Amino acid sequence: MLNRQGRPTQAGEASHEEHLTFTGNKALQQIEPLIFEIGHHEATGVDIDKPVPFKSRLGKHARQGEIGLPGLSEPETMRHYVRLSQKNYGIDTGLFPLGSCTMKHNARLNEKMARLPGFSDVHPLQPTSTVPGALDLMLELSRYLMTLTGMPAVALSPKAGAHGEACGMMAIKAAIAAKGEGATRNVVLVPESAHGTNPATAALIGFSVRSVPARPDGTVAVEDVKALLGPEVAAIMLTNPNTCGIFEPQIVEIAAAMHEAGAYFYCDGANFNAIVGKARPGDLGVDAMHINLHKTFSTPHGGGGPGAGPVVLSERLAPFAPVPFIHVENGKPHLIESRDEAPAGNQPFGRMTAFHGQMGMYVRALAYMLSHGSDGMRQASEDAVLNANYIRAGLSDLMSLPFPDHPSMHEVLFDDEWLKGSGVSTLDFAKAMIDEGYHPMTVYFPLVVHGAMLIEPTESESKAALDLFIATLRDLAIAAKGNDKERFTSAPHHAPIRRLDETRAARSPVLKWEKPAPAKAAE
Amino acid sequence: MRYLPLTDTDREDMLARIGVSDVDALFSDVPAGKLLKAPVDLPRAKGELEVERILGKMAGKNTAASAVPFFVGAGAYKHHVPATVDHLIQRSEFLTSYTPYQPEIAQGTLQYLFEFQTQVAALTGMEVANASMYDGSTGTGEAVLMAHRVTKRRKAVLSGGLHPHYTAVVETLSEMANDEVVVLKPDVSASEDILSQIDDSTSCVVVQSPDVFGNLRDLKPIAEKAHAHGALLIAVFTEVVSLGAVVPPGAQDADIVVGEGQSIGNALNFGGPYVGLFAAKAKYIRQMPGRLCGETVDSTGQRGFVLTLSTREQHIRRDKATSNICTNSGLCVLAFTIHMTLLGQAGLARLAEVNHANAVKLADALAGVEGVTVLNDSFFNEFTVKLKKPAAEVVEVLAARGILAGVPVSRLLPKAGLDDLLIIASTEVNTDEDRAALVAALVEVL
Amino acid sequence: MAETRYSKDHEYIRIEGDVGTVGISDYAQGQLGDVVFVELPTVGKALSKGGEAAVVESVKAASEVYAPVSGEVVEVNGELEAAPGTVNEDPAGKGWFLKIRIKDAGELDALMNEAEYQDYVKSL
Repeated sequence: MLNRQGRPTQAGEASHEEHLTFTGNKALQQIEPLIFEIGHHEATGVDIDKPVPFKSRLGKHARQGEIGLPGLSEPETMRHYVRLSQKNYGIDTGLFPLGSCTMKHNARLNEKMARLPGFSDVHPLQPTSTVPGALDLMLELSRYLMTLTGMPAVALSPKAGAHGEACGMMAIKAAIAAKGEGATRNVVLVPESAHGTNPATAALIGFSVRSVPARPDGTVAVEDVKALLGPEVAAIMLTNPNTCGIFEPQIVEIAAAMHEAGAYFYCDGANFNAIVGKARPGDLGVDAMHINLHKTFSTPHGGGGPGAGPVVLSERLAPFAPVPFIHVENGKPHLIESRDEAPAGNQPFGRMTAFHGQMGMYVRALAYMLSHGSDGMRQASEDAVLNANYIRAGLSDLMSLPFPDHPSMHEVLFDDEWLKGSGVSTLDFAKAMIDEGYHPMTVYFPLVVHGAMLIEPTESESKAALDLFIATLRDLAIAAKGNDKERFTSAPHHAPIRRLDETRAARSPVLKWEKPAPAKAAE
Repeated sequence: MRYLPLTDTDREDMLARIGVSDVDALFSDVPAGKLLKAPVDLPRAKGELEVERILGKMAGKNTAASAVPFFVGAGAYKHHVPATVDHLIQRSEFLTSYTPYQPEIAQGTLQYLFEFQTQVAALTGMEVANASMYDGSTGTGEAVLMAHRVTKRRKAVLSGGLHPHYTAVVETLSEMANDEVVVLKPDVSASEDILSQIDDSTSCVVVQSPDVFGNLRDLKPIAEKAHAHGALLIAVFTEVVSLGAVVPPGAQDADIVVGEGQSIGNALNFGGPYVGLFAAKAKYIRQMPGRLCGETVDSTGQRGFVLTLSTREQHIRRDKATSNICTNSGLCVLAFTIHMTLLGQAGLARLAEVNHANAVKLADALAGVEGVTVLNDSFFNEFTVKLKKPAAEVVEVLAARGILAGVPVSRLLPKAGLDDLLIIASTEVNTDEDRAALVAALVEVL
Repeated sequence: MAETRYSKDHEYIRIEGDVGTVGISDYAQGQLGDVVFVELPTVGKALSKGGEAAVVESVKAASEVYAPVSGEVVEVNGELEAAPGTVNEDPAGKGWFLKIRIKDAGELDALMNEAEYQDYVKSL
């Protein structure tokens, strides 16, 4: 019998007009409402049996009235969040050259290890006799961090980079107070190129901030630091490699000048990925440095956290490390959880957080370190630096380098000098990169150059990926200098959403969903 | 090395393109003698299998909560998390994204932050909530600093029912900033006279309910007294599930509400990562720390979300920022939001009811044990008992028998003379068998 | 007849008797971009010349506004709370920040007049 199910199997003629759809969706790009618009107050996606009747002990504290939150069934929940995920760009999507953020590959082995019940399903206050493996892990992580940095001590508990900065600066403040200089040493030097967290941290701890000017070559000079020193100076907060992607050439002299003046050297370790296994902060005269486990040691950024910010400390600062810490005596680890329990010689300055810090991140970071080994971590840093310089070599004839006199470390900084007169801004250029399938680089930071573009490819990119990235940026750069303004100023054209009105968001903030008012007044 | 895509040939080609002979030429700014010539003294690279063996062995030495009758709480709680949650948070687009600096390709993150802020505001009964803090304890420290900014005063009064780790975090921050802090004595029976501590120099009063000993506290009179003196009430909770059953702090006129959100969506993780919830009255919004996600429209009029009110933050305001926080708890926020979406108010109320029922059953059973006195009048899923032996010793003996009985108060307050007190939590994970095992073991040991 | 004078930080002060109306210049609002919030001092506050008088915020920046002369704040522009965009639309008119009772009229001499200020802006 004749099969009459024949159907067209050729592609047909293409049309380039945009076709509007009934739903507003564009195939895989779905418009997704808020859970409050699709859920119901009586709905739930969990099945929990009602308890047998009992006598409440809530007393007069029992909740009256409902909370006002909808629930969704499990399939609706799954679909809602899968659709939301499809509106996000991650490292697994493509190249993510966000300078200063070290968006490297997140190995799933690390996720698997962090989910072992012996790590994920243990309580911070269950008897330490029931968690010897957790203490082993913290000690092993500490050993790795101390060895890689050449520092004698580490405080693990800070929850993220900025929290680590606070921890390091508190240790410095405590050490100063112990010397009887607490009332007089209250100024912290911060270079203009620093991350915003540095001055914010110094201010949080009651220091006042004195700005160190940047040299025209993007570095900090020891004579500029010396000129600002005095008996009132407590510390310098210096990022190395710095936020312009340059290894500070006078770092050893700066450290010595600080020490000679009775002050301390806090190093912002956000850019540690450039030098792991290549240079040790301990050899450079650093007194305290936080390590972003979520950057250098690849614990996932998760859309803005969680992070982890352990702080390595010099001999001079080690006694002031906060609780909790593990004290090893006769080969046996003891978890010290309060100032009262501190062994002799320790004067903990206090506590940064409840419990013991970001265990889940410790496991992932240690899995990364074990996998790479000392050889792999060294190679990773070399590759990260190589990749950044390769991009620089591929673009510097078209885009302007504000600091051409120094090699870049793991990130390369361009400014917007080359865009002058084009009518295209750094922001426009970044948005056009989105259309090309890339996450933009860090823009408008550091503040010391105009229209900054800070590109950090990390070691996770292949040469082929870098070649395509360079070719794409070259094409964009030529277009920006040519007459193709529209490609930039109204970009992105192909993202799930067009450019957003941030002025409106800030002028009349809407920070939560409100039930729409009924069309007619109820009366 | 499986994580590094470059081949040796690639490296040579790239060095040639850059115009240097070897990679160390790119490290020429490293001062003489400081560049390491060889890898540091640590083990060399390992395959997946070997890493699994090493870490599996460490993990295997620990007693997992699910493996034993488990009653440990005091700030972190063992709850069941639906399988959907962990699946979704491991989607690449969520797991491997950054803080949403480019909103056009981060609407997934931004929309769940907006949902999270709405959920937290509703749960706490407050007008606005931020996009999270690191955890409840650091959030409490930030809340005190925020109150100081709002009131332009610098004295905080801390209840003796506040979790001692939270107290320590606030004390540390205050000491560093030379702010005054008044810490009341440990208040096991929720009977402290905190009202008399409030005066015209007080910036804020910090009160936890359910408190660390499990007591439910009436916040309203404290709010009234604080407001009469121009001070703020900061309400704290460590067990967010309680909000499914008890009057929320917003209904008691709290000005700032801070809490630990771990119980919803997040594992115990030996203490972190967790998720700090932070909500406030709308009039204080510009003094809030942390990120805020707001609704807006794109250039075609379509609804979208962006980070907003950023001028409060460190990357713009630098030393005048409301906080130094940058990275927060993104993925833990997502876990919270998904679990909360699955629960809905109906599921949360039921979950809270089961928690309370289990705790009541356990308290009733323990009240019949010789040498055990239940101290609480009211409680949610956690309460404190007085034992006739030091609690730490009892807990150790029970741990050896495979029962994790709770948190000795001496673990949190080593020198407070409260060595005979034990804080016991019971959640939905506990069965009748678990409770019977604990009761039987205590009968034997005491 | 009111006279307007300018500081190097782009604040203007329009003088009417012993009261001056302070705001930011058209050039300043253009540099800032969309103004989203203005933090104003309380009425009665004593300001000293060069001290912080207000904070003006755009989406990505916050700038201090300094008092061009010393004096006491007698009125602030409450309308800006609901409509900060007025600073962009009409900086010299409805977008004013505060009124100050001028303590020392001599301090005005150090400020630029309209023509001097326009030259100054051109030199930037």
